[in-house]
Amino acid sequence: MVKKLSRWWGGLLLFWLLGSPVLAAALDWQGRKVTLAMTSEPPDLNSTTSTDAVSIMVLNHVMEGLLTYDPDGNLVAGVAERWQLREDGARFWLRKDARWSDGRPLTAHDFVFAWRQVLAPATASQYAFILFPLANAQAINEGQLPPERLGVQALDRYTLEVRFSRPCPYFPGLTAFATLYPVNEAFYRSRGERYAADAGDLLYNGPFRLTQWVHGASLKMEKNQHYWNREQVWLNEIDVPYITEDGNARFNLFRDNHIALADNLGEQTLGGALRERMQIKSFLDGGIFYLEFNHRPDRVTRNLHLRKAIQAVFNANDFVYKVLGSPGTYPAYTLFPRWMKGERDLFKREYPPRKPTVDIQRARDYLAAAKRELGVDSLPALTLLADDSAGGNRSAEFLQTLFKQTLGLEIKVDVQIFKQRIAKMTSGDFDLVMAGWGPDYNDLLTYADLFMSVNLNNRGRYSSQVYDHWVEVAQNTVDVKSRMRAFGQLQQILFDDVVILPMYERGKVYVQHPNLRGVIRRAVGGDPNFNYAVIEP
Amino acid sequence: MKTYILKRLLSGLITIWFIATATFVGMHMVPGDPLANPKATSPEIQKNLEARYGLDKPLVTQYVIYLGNMLRGDFGISFTQKNRRVNDIIREHFPVSATLGVLALLIAAGGGVIWGAVTAVYRDRWPDAVIMLLVVVAVSVPSFVFAMLGQLAILKLNELMGFSLLPVAGWGSLSHMWVPALVLGLGTMAYLTRLMRSSMLEVTNADYIRTARAKGLPGLRIFFKHQLRNAILPVVTVLGPAIAAITTGGFVVELVFAIPGLGRYFVQAVQQLDYTVIMGTTVFYGAFLVLMVLAVDILYGFVDPRIRVGKRGG
Amino acid sequence: MNLFRPTPEDLLPLAKTAAAEVVVRPSLSYWQNAWRRLKRNRRAVVSLYTVLLLLLFSYAAPLLFALDSSSQDLTQLSQAPSLERRSRVVDPMPWVGRFAAHSPAERLAVVENLQVVGEPHTEFVRLIWSPVAGASYYRVWRHILQPSGATDLGLPLGDTESVDQVSFEDLLKLETVTYYYSVEAVGPDGQVSPYSTVKVHPRHGISVEDAISRGLIKAEQRERAIGTEVTLKPHLLGTDYLGRDMLARLVRGGQTSLFIGVVAPLLFVSLGVVYGGLAGYLGGRIDEVMMRFADFVIALPFLLFMILFRVAMGIGPGESGIVPMLLALVLLGWPSAARLVRGQVLQLREQPFVEAARLMGAGSTYLIFRHMLPNVMGVVLVSLTFAIPSAIFTEAFLSFIGMGVAPPTPSWGSMCNDGVKSFMSHPHELLFPALMISITVLAFNLLGDGLRDALDAKIDK
Repeated sequence: MVKKLSRWWGGLLLFWLLGSPVLAAALDWQGRKVTLAMTSEPPDLNSTTSTDAVSIMVLNHVMEGLLTYDPDGNLVAGVAERWQLREDGARFWLRKDARWSDGRPLTAHDFVFAWRQVLAPATASQYAFILFPLANAQAINEGQLPPERLGVQALDRYTLEVRFSRPCPYFPGLTAFATLYPVNEAFYRSRGERYAADAGDLLYNGPFRLTQWVHGASLKMEKNQHYWNREQVWLNEIDVPYITEDGNARFNLFRDNHIALADNLGEQTLGGALRERMQIKSFLDGGIFYLEFNHRPDRVTRNLHLRKAIQAVFNANDFVYKVLGSPGTYPAYTLFPRWMKGERDLFKREYPPRKPTVDIQRARDYLAAAKRELGVDSLPALTLLADDSAGGNRSAEFLQTLFKQTLGLEIKVDVQIFKQRIAKMTSGDFDLVMAGWGPDYNDLLTYADLFMSVNLNNRGRYSSQVYDHWVEVAQNTVDVKSRMRAFGQLQQILFDDVVILPMYERGKVYVQHPNLRGVIRRAVGGDPNFNYAVIEP
Repeated sequence: MKTYILKRLLSGLITIWFIATATFVGMHMVPGDPLANPKATSPEIQKNLEARYGLDKPLVTQYVIYLGNMLRGDFGISFTQKNRRVNDIIREHFPVSATLGVLALLIAAGGGVIWGAVTAVYRDRWPDAVIMLLVVVAVSVPSFVFAMLGQLAILKLNELMGFSLLPVAGWGSLSHMWVPALVLGLGTMAYLTRLMRSSMLEVTNADYIRTARAKGLPGLRIFFKHQLRNAILPVVTVLGPAIAAITTGGFVVELVFAIPGLGRYFVQAVQQLDYTVIMGTTVFYGAFLVLMVLAVDILYGFVDPRIRVGKRGG
Repeated sequence: MNLFRPTPEDLLPLAKTAAAEVVVRPSLSYWQNAWRRLKRNRRAVVSLYTVLLLLLFSYAAPLLFALDSSSQDLTQLSQAPSLERRSRVVDPMPWVGRFAAHSPAERLAVVENLQVVGEPHTEFVRLIWSPVAGASYYRVWRHILQPSGATDLGLPLGDTESVDQVSFEDLLKLETVTYYYSVEAVGPDGQVSPYSTVKVHPRHGISVEDAISRGLIKAEQRERAIGTEVTLKPHLLGTDYLGRDMLARLVRGGQTSLFIGVVAPLLFVSLGVVYGGLAGYLGGRIDEVMMRFADFVIALPFLLFMILFRVAMGIGPGESGIVPMLLALVLLGWPSAARLVRGQVLQLREQPFVEAARLMGAGSTYLIFRHMLPNVMGVVLVSLTFAIPSAIFTEAFLSFIGMGVAPPTPSWGSMCNDGVKSFMSHPHELLFPALMISITVLAFNLLGDGLRDALDAKIDK
């Protein structure tokens, strides 16, 4: 009796133990479904306020702007069939068969409403600045004018007219950015505070729509049958049942064939990927990282010779290839990424950046000059602000020892959690900080205007009239040649004045299921993108 | 007994109030701005953001408003996950952490009691040495390593079997829980093992055990009815805070196994200075802890009838 | 009838004949007894010596040996333990590379004549090849296994950057293992040529500037030294991810970890014992209030208050905040020990021997110190031994987020944190600090056991 009972219990236990659900495979050719993992829960799917990469990646699939990107990275028609760019503005003709996911038609007013929302002070959108080229935009955002005065108008249901306050040659690229996506006013008002809180609180006009959203746990996107270009979209479903920041966990999921893409391989996972003979891919994600100096008048780092000394001891190769050691990452000698286009060719070919040479003796001479100018015998300890990530710690320790050994500089590493670091940067409570920047749109200006004296992101408070002048030239001219020349000048100033010390250009290494094709990886415009992805049988 | 429970609940409320206040004060004294953003914003937008989250009012007003809302059960909106109410966050994620935590605790308690008893019985012989070594390793190595090793073990197992016997990560069924719960409970299991051993050794040498043996009672009966029951008190004491600790400490395991629990949210909230989430989860955990401690104190009475909690001593 | 009628003379005491056998041992106090028992316990004695050894290791060793825990050696990153190592001195002159004209072509042929320039070493590996007609640029890969096909070429190192470039320099974390480099030509439309592979095994190299700055060669002999071999300092326990000597870091790290890991638990467990003992003994209302306060302390978010203490104590950025860390650990860590002790005391005070002692007139102090405390020692010691690794890892976590010791000061816990990241590829970075922590924990565990056995009067062999 006891034996029979225990066998029965044993069987039940085994069944219960193994009662696994049918775990999805990474790719489902029949069902046209791909399974993925995300690094974090998208914090904000409201396109007018969203700022982070994960939210923008999701929005990129479920919504579409006036223009969009094709698989080769070219700007092509999106909601707008054709457009015309002028020096004082632009006009967009929308296609008549564009619809929202509930069937209602998409009109020019949806854009007008969305852009007014972005600039309305009450929305407090952190990307409002991107619309400042529009007439009255800045005044509206500062509360001096009502949103109705914005330089955008729906001439009729399907024609959108935009008026600039200054020439904006990169405006078409801006319209592909999440902040400029359309929002339907009636729907927005009907949801009130709950807009974008759940899958059912959003309207979609992109290739997919969000059908399921279990916060912090999973997400599912299904093909949007109302999308005007649905013939080009092969996939039926994008399923994201795993959300974790741990790269190892995602790699393990990939190895066990549960997800089709494992991003951001690190030291540990790369070894595994190589041993299992996986196909490893890489791409540059547009992030440029640099050492930012505090140029405020009360800091020793305002002294040019001190900065030149630091510039002369830093060996970018050593740093990138030995300390960081992640493949796909390149040493950076300039603020501008190597993939940015210039006039006809790549910008880096038309205006090659100056590379600093490592010269310890010269660095020490600069240091001596700096001490003389500052009137001190020895410099006080400098504070290097670092973030609390593993890479941040490592880099900070490396720099600390480097400056100590070569220049005898005492460096205090101030490790701070993210919010505190930002707060300290804003208040100027640092001498050196390791910072980075990613592109908001596909134009050199997104990097160049960083160090304008009026730019709030210029946390080191570098101020130069010459620099500001060239930025304004780049902002206000439409002629490509003049703009590129201006950027060339800016690049030279950044080097001569050692405004920052560029350190590296980040690349990401990843693995992808060999039967999955057409996945777009890019620095601008939502990444990764599966709009044109195809599964091979 | 009933009055005792009522009194405890009342004092529990006061404790929670203290916790809320201390956390509120502490939070606002920490330097840093919860609304700081890498893309700098103009002062106007900052003002708007502060107004939206009520940060522009004087601290005392914020405190009063907050307490008022809390009494109504409303913990506000998260700063980082815009559009999500803290109540929803707790409601959706706490059950996950709790389930995982309870399972981990069962494994830890069961394992701890058994191994502890074994080492006490086989004291100074090889099972004692082996288990002791394992205990030391379990606490000397960071839990992250065990989580990683656990995941790798599943991977290898699946490879060996040729199909997915256990899921590598995720949540949704019992088979998702076994390995994460084991990893989570490991540290506590080690602690309980040692505690149990120590307690058992003391009890084993007590007179009443010798009497029972002299009387001729079967060894197993002595073991369960006398030794175990008397030795288990420290384990019970630890259980209360342990369950609270396990449900909050699940951060590493939740990260590696992609489990949508509350531990992750809490750690992220502190790092991002998400005031509402910090307050909400701290108060919630505080309440949970108070309940657990009360449960343990009541359990004392059942485990050892000699103990009268609440009785005057001295 | 023989009646025995004793007389007082019959009851006189006998004279002492011989000294009777003395079967008593010298009278010892309870604590003296305990100490003797401890000394007899071999394992406890061994662990006591281990603890002393650890302390010597961390505090005395730096006084005797020159140990530099922060100098970075970028030529020996993440090295396994090794004795001396020979290295080839090389000239790290910037390499221009090689260029060749490319004629257009319809189809791309395979890359030919792929070879290494000079002898490959860990400072750089330079590759050159013959131009492929029709190529716009080339893509270089590096694998640790022989490639089996175009999808298995390994790590994409990068593309050639300049026009007509037919060379590539690899600097990425070169180690003295076998690599397989593959090169593909890529055409203007993105077509890819068949690949070509070369097998390379670099030897250890060091740049001449590095050798001079380390004093291995003299500056005047710079030109002659290139191409010769020098001997690098041995690293008995290997190096970490920045090339720092593990042994030196373990010694230095021990100072932090042992201090925090032992002093903090001692303090807060003592505090907990006193608090919990009092609460359990006094019982009733006082016990209630005291325990509620303990619950309150447990529920406070540790991290938040840690930050607060640091700010309140005015520790600046980049400075090591050992005292605030100690303070926070003690102030926030005592409740668990208190609860344990209180539970034990509650149980104990109902025991018959307590009642008996009280009946005999024992005062509270006597009861607490002479009876309760020794019996509570068991759980207290277990609590203490577990508090030690917990404190070490809490300190590691705090240092990681900037609340503890500042870089470059190491501690065993933070070394574990760092070692976890490369644990699959370079296990020694995790193994050694974890081993140190294990030894510490084991030693204190055994010592604790021995102490408990010694103090428990009932266990007497």
